[in-house]
Amino acid sequence: MTELTKHEPTTIYIKPSTGFTALNLRDLWLYRELVFFMVWRDIKVRYKQTFLGAAWAIIQPVLTMIALYFLFDRVAKLPTDNVPYPIFSYTALLPWGLFVAALNQGSRSLTSNHNMITKIYFPKLILPLASVLAGLVDFAVASVILVVLFFYYQVTPAWELLWVLPLFLLLAIITAFGVALWLSAINVKYRDVNYVLPFLTQFWFFATPVAYSAKAISEEWQLVYSLNPMAGVVNGFRWALLGIGNGPDTALWVSVGISVLILVSGLFYFRNMEKTFADTI
Amino acid sequence: MTTAISVKNLGKQYKIGAAQGKFRYGMLRDVFVDSLTAPFRYARSLVGRSDNRQLTNGKNFIWALNDVSFDLEEGRVLGIVGRNGAGKSTLLKILSRVTEPTKGTVSVRGRVGSLLEVGTGFHPELTGRENIYMNGAILGMKRAEIDSKFDEMVEFSEVGQFIDTPVKRYSSGMYLRLAFAVAAHLEPEILVVDEVLAVGDAEFQRKCLGKMSDVAQQGRTVLFVSHNMSAILRLTQEAIVLKKGQLIKRAPTPEAVDFYLSSGQAESGERVWDVDEIPAASAPFRPISLRLQDGSGKVVDTVRSTEPVTVEWEYQLHAPVTGLRVGMYLSTMRGEYVFTTFDTDDAKQYDQFGARQAGRYISRCSIPADFFNEGRYSLGVNASSFGVKRYFMDENALSFNVDISGAPGTQWPEVRQGPIRPRLDWKIQKLD
Repeated sequence: MTELTKHEPTTIYIKPSTGFTALNLRDLWLYRELVFFMVWRDIKVRYKQTFLGAAWAIIQPVLTMIALYFLFDRVAKLPTDNVPYPIFSYTALLPWGLFVAALNQGSRSLTSNHNMITKIYFPKLILPLASVLAGLVDFAVASVILVVLFFYYQVTPAWELLWVLPLFLLLAIITAFGVALWLSAINVKYRDVNYVLPFLTQFWFFATPVAYSAKAISEEWQLVYSLNPMAGVVNGFRWALLGIGNGPDTALWVSVGISVLILVSGLFYFRNMEKTFADTI
Repeated sequence: MTTAISVKNLGKQYKIGAAQGKFRYGMLRDVFVDSLTAPFRYARSLVGRSDNRQLTNGKNFIWALNDVSFDLEEGRVLGIVGRNGAGKSTLLKILSRVTEPTKGTVSVRGRVGSLLEVGTGFHPELTGRENIYMNGAILGMKRAEIDSKFDEMVEFSEVGQFIDTPVKRYSSGMYLRLAFAVAAHLEPEILVVDEVLAVGDAEFQRKCLGKMSDVAQQGRTVLFVSHNMSAILRLTQEAIVLKKGQLIKRAPTPEAVDFYLSSGQAESGERVWDVDEIPAASAPFRPISLRLQDGSGKVVDTVRSTEPVTVEWEYQLHAPVTGLRVGMYLSTMRGEYVFTTFDTDDAKQYDQFGARQAGRYISRCSIPADFFNEGRYSLGVNASSFGVKRYFMDENALSFNVDISGAPGTQWPEVRQGPIRPRLDWKIQKLD
């Protein structure tokens, strides 16, 4: 026998859970390798049997940028804080693309892996988590275009602020993960989520200053506007990369607060629904 | 000896009402409508006019497992037998923590490995090598553990040269062998096995059984569910018998198997339909019983391939039916169809019985000797009027074993491919 089976086995107690379920993040830690493998599988198979392969990670945001450019810059002539519109919109499309992909994949992660859920025990949190993290690779690939744009338009990035960029990236991931936790758990029982998702992302897109500048929002609405954590993310990206805006202010902390609230409530909701997944999926 | 598994008053309740509805899973709409109409229903029940939903409420729940208790010592191999729906799979699912019990407790000492379904998490686009790592991680193996057993798994699966090919290019046999290879090398303290032997060819099944007895001899605790009594007898020392969610017998395996077979709840070559098993939509057709008989007319669950077999289906028509055809599908346990046949296939029979009066009937079919190959087969039944209506269908009404002693070619102890094993007319001619 191998040495792995020699250790003194631990005893597990199985009983009906009553009331409130604790988060049990220790289990998630024990299964950390599975998170890695799930992310790896998602990345590996994402563009299999496509002609353009990983180029899709670039094509999608670039085409969106071009469409927005014609619509909002050439036609509507929106103000962009004196930054060329392509760079202005692409700095926002990067985190937005990550967010949308994470939200969509994460919300469908339980139903698309239903055979795992009904056959094998593992912390189900792994599924939405891995789906959300897998989006980071596309994000990294798409970022290359931003570098190209900086060179092309001879814009100097705000170097001294670049180090805060990962923090805003984290905010985007936390928001996507939090919402995906809610939606994926609801999706197990109510497949309506599949139909809600396209609308949700569409409305959310207009409520986020991706195509336009956050300054277009009048002063009295700013605080309401910051209830959308993605507004904080997009403004943060523009601030860190282009030096536009004020940087961290009350509005950002409201965004962070909302995002953490969604995440924590999502974690507890998910954990409390988890015991019914295998029976209802 | 220490106790590996201790089960106390275990129960699992399932809601069956939802599955009977038009939609398989819940819709928000239903919840809204339900909560909107709730006050009206309540008001109606107050004035004494309760509606159907409340009357059937008690029936919408079934106890898939009820008040089951047993202890199992470390290193023992326990067989679990019972009919379909007796609660065997539910018990294994609770032990492997896939689903939660409704009541009762279980304490399990050590890691539980489950072979509930081999190949879970396999992705068709990934190669064999990648799937081994993926599947191993899903089953709870550490990367280092998979590394150290990788060669052994590949060897066991016999897919060696295709290990870097995407598994979507694999044959179903290769896929299955690879999947089982990963699961079989898990080496948990407790192994839970559910009917893996129902899939794969005879050669593969032999290999799985061999692997399982190795595991048992290494002193690990094994729970083994199977409909295959000879496998249960060979691999387990002790067995429990489940019936309708309850544990009705625990004994040394030969005694438990004997009890199971003689208590009339085994799949004994006869299937009798209770009234509440028949969907309302099948009227005016009502199936009564299906029997499998050997050459001498005895009802059997194991037939000899060298003898003819008769299948008898008894049924009642509550009203005249035109164009009726009553028949069966034969398939292997792997799900391949062997044939489909109906009682009015013959034109003369159709003229006489195409339109049938109300009454009780038996449709009888003879399958000639020297037809079946070794293994287990499944009989499905069907009653329909072509292009009009399918009254009744049960895809898996009865299953039976075939014993091939004396069949053509049995002088060579090898597996013969194919679902049938006919005795054909061979002539050998010397040319010079």
